[in-house]
Amino acid sequence: MARTSLSEAVRSLVRDGDAVALEGFTHLIPHAAGHELIRQEKHDLTLIRMTPDVVYDQLIGMGCARKLVFSWGGNPGVGSLHRLRDAVEHGWPRPLELEEHSHAGMAAAYAAGAANLPFGVLRGYRGTDRPPPATVTCPFTGEELAAVRALRPDVGVIHAQRADRHGNVQLWGILGVQKETVLASARSFATVEEVVDELEPRPGAIVIPHWAVDCVVEAPHGAHPSYAHGYYERDNDFYVRWDEVSRDRDRFRAWIDEHVLSAKVAA
Amino acid sequence: MNEREELMAVEASRRLTNDTVCFVGIGLPSTAANLARRTHAPDCVLVYESGTIGAKPAELPLSIGDGELAETADAVVSVPEMFAYWLQGGRIDVGFLGAAQIDRHGNLNSTVIGPYDAPKVRLPGGGGAPEIATSCKQVFVMLKQSTRTFVEQLDFRTSVGDNVRVVVTDHGILEPRDGELTLTHVHPGVTVDEARAATGWDLNVADDVSETEAATDEELRALRALRTKGER
Repeated sequence: MARTSLSEAVRSLVRDGDAVALEGFTHLIPHAAGHELIRQEKHDLTLIRMTPDVVYDQLIGMGCARKLVFSWGGNPGVGSLHRLRDAVEHGWPRPLELEEHSHAGMAAAYAAGAANLPFGVLRGYRGTDRPPPATVTCPFTGEELAAVRALRPDVGVIHAQRADRHGNVQLWGILGVQKETVLASARSFATVEEVVDELEPRPGAIVIPHWAVDCVVEAPHGAHPSYAHGYYERDNDFYVRWDEVSRDRDRFRAWIDEHVLSAKVAA
Repeated sequence: MNEREELMAVEASRRLTNDTVCFVGIGLPSTAANLARRTHAPDCVLVYESGTIGAKPAELPLSIGDGELAETADAVVSVPEMFAYWLQGGRIDVGFLGAAQIDRHGNLNSTVIGPYDAPKVRLPGGGGAPEIATSCKQVFVMLKQSTRTFVEQLDFRTSVGDNVRVVVTDHGILEPRDGELTLTHVHPGVTVDEARAATGWDLNVADDVSETEAATDEELRALRALRTKGER
């Protein structure tokens, strides 16, 4: 584990064409890391995320993605993701291949990846027009179950509240699928609100040990407009405003120019 | 929220009891479940798919992952645990679902309008719905009724209707009878013909169709006291 800058973490760990998972279920979404992917013009990425929300709308609208692996693609509590829709419905700025799961299927695929198994198993997809990717017969009962190929991203990216000076990463509140993402990925990094000398134990918190993460980046406010429990609240107004900004291609580009490409970032 | 939406929330909340463990989405289902908790079912357990079990928010959340849900929950679990241990594990009594389209069997579409590979409208997708529909003991659907939404043929089947026990609409209540959703109640001020006209298939009407009990003053007071986070 090394402590490094955001630009260096992205430069050294993310290659064009990689399968990249930025996770965080409503809470602790790694927005700052997503913006750095845009600034470094990463392209042909397979973007993996259960709930691609605003940060993936931005990456897709900037043409960084070739393919999206997901289970629910909307602006939570607001409506559609307009850049995602434009890519799927009109191929703008480039066509986007979709690999669509249910939440249960995708969660099982991450858990299988973390466990170094080739596939996950669940009772799922029954009666839908989206049949399970495969089925498997239980060797003990004969029950037929849905099977999903394990997710093994090239790079997993999470945001957390804290790391200590050794790089142990601590997060609490809604935990989503972050631990599975880090453990399923070949390489990984975490952005954190702050680096402290020693981690204090907290109820409900988990710690991802330093030797399971490639590097840690201090990125205060790095989840905004998502939130970091104990640090700042979700910027609900931003999500509502994004609906307006993202409807129009030019207005979207202008927003990215002003808030992402021109943003000053520590080297 | 207009009067008909208020009655939708009230009607759904009346179907939850103190013993119900319910899987709740944002919008009307969250309003209904929180209303139940503040009226006749204070111990009703609210589970949000973000991993919060037994959430007791003071204000209605804007997203299923609002911080207050975690702060007030009995337990917070990871997403893989939520879907594997709690939903698939058979611990949830009632799952709420909405959709862009429903058919006469309670099958739902929240994926696309038009063909899947060349959609006219790409919707957010199923999320938790496919397994909520099959793993919860009962499914409650809340949906405004119109011929665009209540269709003869779904464009895509996102979830199956086998466990749908009630569909609460802004026109009335539909329940499965003989394998088909049947109009069993109309809301005050709504006629059976209006409910038929808002349905894209030839709607079955129960012989004993009756009028929904209007919202009581107590229900309306509690409902109107619910605030969404950020509202003044």
